[in-house]
Amino acid sequence: MNNVEITDAVLVREYMQGNEIALSKLINRHQHRIYSFIFSKVFDRDVAEDIFQDTFIKVINTLKRGKYNEEGKFLPWVMRIAHNLVIDHFRRNKRMPKFDNSGDFNIFSVLSDSELNIETQIIKDQIENDVKELIKELPEDQLEVLTMRIYKDMSFKEISERTGVSINTALGRMRYALINLRKIIEKHNLVLTN
Amino acid sequence: MRKLYTKKISKKDQFKDLNPKKETVEFLLNYSKALRVVETRGIKFGTILN
Repeated sequence: MNNVEITDAVLVREYMQGNEIALSKLINRHQHRIYSFIFSKVFDRDVAEDIFQDTFIKVINTLKRGKYNEEGKFLPWVMRIAHNLVIDHFRRNKRMPKFDNSGDFNIFSVLSDSELNIETQIIKDQIENDVKELIKELPEDQLEVLTMRIYKDMSFKEISERTGVSINTALGRMRYALINLRKIIEKHNLVLTN
Repeated sequence: MRKLYTKKISKKDQFKDLNPKKETVEFLLNYSKALRVVETRGIKFGTILN
């Protein structure tokens, strides 16, 4: 009688050695728990389906690259991937809320052409020039950090290396640069929006 | 007494038959079969074979 169930660890090893059936067994064994977990968070069959698929794509990629180590158990590892993807999903939705195009709501009322026309382009250029003039009023150390961060697109790590100060100091200078910039804008009663 | 027509579904029953679609699982198995990882100069590249 061969009634002993093959462990996940054995199936993972077999899959990493090229046995595709082992993956099928792993999915069949755990699909219900993983899918239920995802659905219990998102409450949408389609979204749960997408996250389930992305979860296993990550699993497949990791296993095929031989990056998986048997330190933990297979299922908790997959659940953690699914959990992270659920968080990503909610973060994305927070940034880009979905609009349900049903009833009286018209999706085109919230869509706009992001291309700037000539007028808004001129205003944008004018504002950018004004800001360039305003930042000259900042103290030297704050101006230096702000210029490196905004105009040279440097990371705070790079800024700290270049200026010889700690990352926290660079962050602090950036913070004060923005606070002071707001004060300068208020002092001059400027409106910097188009 | 008012007759109750609805039955509250327990959380356990709510998630009882939840499984991904057959197509999703098939897609994953096909993806896995098609994926080849090639190592060149220490860098691993994934390629999908049709």
